[in-house]
Amino acid sequence: MAGRTAVELEVYLDLLSQPCRAIHIFLNCNKIPHKVKTVAIRKGENRTPEYTKLNPMQKVPVMVDKDFVLTESDAILKYLATKYDVPGNWYPRHPERRARVDEYTAWHHTNTRPHAAKVFLMEVLLPFMTGQPADPLKVERALADLSDTLEKLENMFLKRQPFLCGDDISLADLLAMCELMQPLGGGRDILKDRPKLLSWKSRVQSALGDSFDKAHTVLYSFRDRSKAKL
Amino acid sequence: MALEMYLDLFSQPCRSVYIFAKKNNISFDFRKVSLLEGEQYGEEFGKINMIRKAPAIRDGDFCLAESIAIMKYLAEKYQTSDHWYPADLQKRARVNEYLSWQHMGIRMHGSKLFWLRLLIPKIMGVEVPKDKMDGALEDLEGSLKLIEEKFIGDKPFIAGEQISLADLVAIVEIMQPVGSGLDVFEGRLKLSAWRDRVQAEIGKELFDEAHQGILASQEMVKNMDSSKMQVFKPKILRFFL
Repeated sequence: MAGRTAVELEVYLDLLSQPCRAIHIFLNCNKIPHKVKTVAIRKGENRTPEYTKLNPMQKVPVMVDKDFVLTESDAILKYLATKYDVPGNWYPRHPERRARVDEYTAWHHTNTRPHAAKVFLMEVLLPFMTGQPADPLKVERALADLSDTLEKLENMFLKRQPFLCGDDISLADLLAMCELMQPLGGGRDILKDRPKLLSWKSRVQSALGDSFDKAHTVLYSFRDRSKAKL
Repeated sequence: MALEMYLDLFSQPCRSVYIFAKKNNISFDFRKVSLLEGEQYGEEFGKINMIRKAPAIRDGDFCLAESIAIMKYLAEKYQTSDHWYPADLQKRARVNEYLSWQHMGIRMHGSKLFWLRLLIPKIMGVEVPKDKMDGALEDLEGSLKLIEEKFIGDKPFIAGEQISLADLVAIVEIMQPVGSGLDVFEGRLKLSAWRDRVQAEIGKELFDEAHQGILASQEMVKNMDSSKMQVFKPKILRFFL
């Protein structure tokens, strides 16, 4: 077709994975042309010889831009935000505002991500994989750690501003939101008694439009199937 | 007003920030924070950094935590040599990729071993169970293997031909278990060769100065007053045992 260039950007995603959803949303929200290759981890599609060749760590997400292969959602989002013509609020150019986003995305790795993921792991994934019921003590511990993180989000990052790093949505909010949605896969709404975080969530959802729910359909079905099993 | 840096050189991310600033002749006011004495929980420190972690900087009115955010900010502000945090999109992405992976990929494992080998026996008065120690060692081995094979590979440095923030952040983390008396470089030729290159780029004097404290840990922990460290007991029980 005249004037049509091949789409060179490919992303390997499993939409049950929080960082994969963040990338999916970012690409769609910003209308960046791309191809999605689905990788279903629960079916072992990350362990095939082809996938292992692409990513020896057998993880998702992976981005391939022509022949440039990149892992780590943090790095991928910053790459996309820089390469493509996206609004400046995502990853601001101003040094102090950019530093705030870098500060959150670093903190995220050892706080929001592991703590939200652990709740889902203990309550949903492990029982699903082993057939054994969830260990209530472990779930309780995971919830306590997550509660600690949620308090920090409320009292530190969201103390005096509508979004985690300022007046507008950024990569920080996107990454955080996708993590905090994960326990919903087991039917647990961790934000329900936290009005400050709930209003932040609705601001984030507003800013993302329907790309948010589209990315979460797989998680919602997972939740519905888990509920049906009970 | 001078740039203030709140550092405790026992902490890996504090060392990377210290080395980066010194190497690039960035003048700063060194404010010591003693993490093992719980100074980060004090009122004064809370005013600088709500996250209550070191390293932290105060640049005029602007306060910032997280070593990676700090170094990127300083690299931009002081216009340091490009190789530290390349402007080239793909080279920069390679650096970011390592910096993102390393939080859980190596930092967690190196830190854990330091606690298991030195601090926990001191604070709790007991040796750590063998299975926990073996598990932690296995995790560290796995990380070091990945660093050698995937991140360094056949290149002189993580991002390519020149040293970057990735190598700096990597080396300080790898030195942490070394401080506990574990020679992680033994038998690892590739890693040792990379370490030699990184040390040469940083400069032996600066590297040794930054690591003086951590390498004297075994002696230092022996002489510490464990009663001052009891505040860490609940954290230890939750995370490590």
